[in-house]
Order: sequence, then structure tokens, then C-alpha cells
Amino acid sequence: MSISDRQPAIVFQDVWKSFARHAGQLLIRDRLIQLLRSQRLEKFHALREISFTVHHGESVAVIGHNGAGKSTLLNLATNLCRPDQGRVEIHGRIAALLDLGAGFHPDLTGAENVRTNASLLGLSRREVREKFDEMVAFSEIGDFINEPLRTYSSGMVMRLAFSVAVTVDPDILIIDEVLGVGDVAFFAKCQERIMQFRHAGKTILCVSHSNATLKDLCTRAVWLDHGRMMDDGPLAQVVDAYKSAMSPQAAYSAG
Amino acid sequence: MWRGDYLYLIQNLVVKDFKIRYRNMSLGVLWSLLNPLVMMTVYYFVFTQIFKSNLPNYPLFLLCGIVPFSFFTVAWGTGTTSIVDNAGLIKRVPVPREVVPVTTVLSCCIHLLVQVMLLLSIAIFTKGLNRHWVWLPVVWALEILFVCGLALLSAALNVFVRDTRYMVESATWVLLFLVPVFYDSNLMPPKYRPIYDYNPIAATVISLRKIVYEAQPPVGSTLWKMVGASLTVFLLGLLVFHRLKPMFYEHI
Repeated sequence: MSISDRQPAIVFQDVWKSFARHAGQLLIRDRLIQLLRSQRLEKFHALREISFTVHHGESVAVIGHNGAGKSTLLNLATNLCRPDQGRVEIHGRIAALLDLGAGFHPDLTGAENVRTNASLLGLSRREVREKFDEMVAFSEIGDFINEPLRTYSSGMVMRLAFSVAVTVDPDILIIDEVLGVGDVAFFAKCQERIMQFRHAGKTILCVSHSNATLKDLCTRAVWLDHGRMMDDGPLAQVVDAYKSAMSPQAAYSAG
Repeated sequence: MWRGDYLYLIQNLVVKDFKIRYRNMSLGVLWSLLNPLVMMTVYYFVFTQIFKSNLPNYPLFLLCGIVPFSFFTVAWGTGTTSIVDNAGLIKRVPVPREVVPVTTVLSCCIHLLVQVMLLLSIAIFTKGLNRHWVWLPVVWALEILFVCGLALLSAALNVFVRDTRYMVESATWVLLFLVPVFYDSNLMPPKYRPIYDYNPIAATVISLRKIVYEAQPPVGSTLWKMVGASLTVFLLGLLVFHRLKPMFYEHI
């Protein structure tokens, strides 16, 4: 591996990200009105002043309520969009599981989807040929691999997507809330794979609302609230702080 | 950022498009044949029975216009909406965005291939093979390059102004008459000819007719203008696309 141990895996430096509230109105009419009234679209700040560094081998959870900016943060880390201000640096090959089988198509068979998805994640023809059996075996899909994806249960889709993502052998694995779909046995298997990952010095950044998942996978947590970073530290400590802030008493005393 | 295997990715996406499109059609590839044949029959009726055309072998003449033109219409149209249609991919996978419109155009090439086979088999039966056919791949490659450029351009614009697809539809209707699909390009008055030839779709039709219908080599000046126009449009499309793509995420 060419990645030096000193170089961090993910760096966010004073990152701001906002979205315009155009409510999907993107016709010429709306553009002209904007131009004539020289009105600026109202902005919604998804992330404000986010700074943190993740080193290789760390596994970090991003926690917070719905709409706190967790997914935006993962999307920035995956390089799907760019910050308005500040810097996002990524060092190493990334595989992201942001959605159950993004890039999967229900009419294609499992095998066809595996090949397409692996090439979307950046695998070459040779790598796919070498690793195809491994991916299918890990997913435990069996004979269903030659059936169209629409006949799969959501757990099976997740298993297939996860198998492809981990077989890509990324340096950084980004997971958004998808592990919850699998059953207990497969979750244990994922966990084992993720542990191997961590021992190999690889990095994990994940979002989950399930405390059990987080406890098993991560050691550190970043807490977001309305786009601001509230806390960053050892998992248990940050989760406790988050929980007490979210509890009814806290809301009562604050309100 | 993305250091993958472009060729393998494009191949997978093209095959995926093709399979999805044909798996749900019982007649499969036959649809690709039926479409130009129906068009040909209609034009043939109109231009031999209503407007009397005395061109010999008029069906072959028509196909030389219909095949490149229908590819152009379909590929540009689906290319234009490709980014918006693949929002799931654009918002979830950090794959180079250029790949999306380009693969959309390339998967239309499978239709094109079927139609070219039809055109060429009719040509062999009525006119026979000739040595100028070696020019055919060059002409098709230039048309595909041109359409890729247009698709990159309009796909990027369509993200920001969703009316773009309707403008593209109108433009293809206008071009149906500005490309010699059912008339002979020599009927175009000489004063318009210099501009007329710069349209790569017109140039494709003119060159195809020279090669297949008249059994002559394509005119050099037509080809050079086509090379210039196709490359310019392709590079312009890439440039505009490259400039606009960082903003795609927020707008789809």
C-alpha cells in the first residue's frame, strides 16, 4: 500500500455547505424571474464550520438527529459534491455504501449488477474476473445470483452491495445506514469483515441510528446538530452527551 | 479522484442499457428494424405518389437519410435527459459524470448498427459492394463523435434548465428539413451550401449517398468540414460539461 501512515485518511477543514431552496423549480420561467428580480435564492446551511481529521485505521461514527447534516457530510467525503467554503481532502481509494445498491438495476441479474457496480466503484476487468466468485460467495446469494434483482429481498440486495463494496478493497469505507437491513448472521459476518478492515489499517466512516451497530463498529464519534459540530471524541462519551441532550428532561430544562 | 477502468465501465453500462431495453420487448431487436422501414415506406409513398420524385432507387436514397437522422434524434434526445434520468447514480456514486451521456449515446449505437446492416444489405442487393465502403466507418465515427458532443452539452444544460429537452426536440424537427433526409442536397441553392455542409448530420447523409448510392468516394471538403465541426462540438461539449458538473449534485 502506497499510502503513508502519517498522512491522514480524511481531512475536513472549516467546511461549509449550503443548498439553494429552489423547490425543484428549474424551468426557464423561473430562471428569468430570478434574473429580472435579481433575487437570490434562499439558502439552507447543511453544514457549518466543520473541521476534523480521521487517520488511517480509525473508525468514526457520525451521529445526530434527522437533518443534522450527516448524509451531506458523507457525500462530501465521497466527493459527490464540493464544499462552498473550506477544504475536504481524501487520501486513498474509497468505496461508499450510501444507498442500497445505488447503480443496481432491478431488471438485471445479480451477476450483471455485481459487474456493473464493481466497475462503477473503479475495479478493472481483471480485478472483477479475479474477485467475482469471492463477492458472490460472501453475499451468500447462491443460485439467486442469476435471477433478476427485483426478485431479491432488501436484505439480499444489501448483502450483495456490501459484498461488492468490501471486495473492492478500499482504503476508506463509507457506510450510510444500510447495515440495518441484513439479518443477525450476516451482520456478524459484516462486522468480522469490518474488524479485519480495521486491523489492516483501513478507515471507516459511518452513519447509523442503531447504537448497537455503532458500538460494535466504531471507536470515535462526531456529533452534528443543525449542521454544526457539537462534539468529537470517544464513542461512548459522545453518544452519552448526545443522548442526554436529546432526552425529554434536557429539552424541558432548555425550553 | 476516480481511478477506474473507463473502457470496462462504459462497456458494462452500454450492455446494461441494451439488456434493460430489450429484455422487456418481445420482438427485441426487430423494433430497431421496424422503425426505419415504416419511415421509409411513408416517405416513399409521399415522395413518389404526392410529390413526384424521379430519383432512381428511391428507397435506398431515403434510407441513407433516415438511418443517420433517426440515430441522431434518438441519441441526442436520450443523451439530453441522461444526467437527470440517472440522478440516483449521480448523487450516489462518485463516477466521472462524462461517462453517463457518452454511454447513453453509445448504447443507441446498437440500434444504429442494426439499421446500418439493413441499409447495407439493401445497398448490396440493389447497387452492389464498392471499394469506397472503406470510408463508411470514418463517416459513422464522426457522426457519433458529434452526437456525443451535443449530448454532453445539452445534458449539462438540462440539469439547470429543464426546458432544454423540449428545445432539443424542436431543434430535431427543424433539422429534419435542414438535413437532406428526403430530398437531394444538390437542390439546396449554392449560396446556402457553404453553411449547410458544416452540419455534420447533413454531411453524414451527403457522404453516405456518395459512397453507397452513387458508388463514389466522399467529397474531401465535405469530410474536412465534418471533422472540424464534429471535433469543435465535442470539445465544446466536454468543456461546458466539465465546467458545470461540480454543480450537478445540488440541482438534481
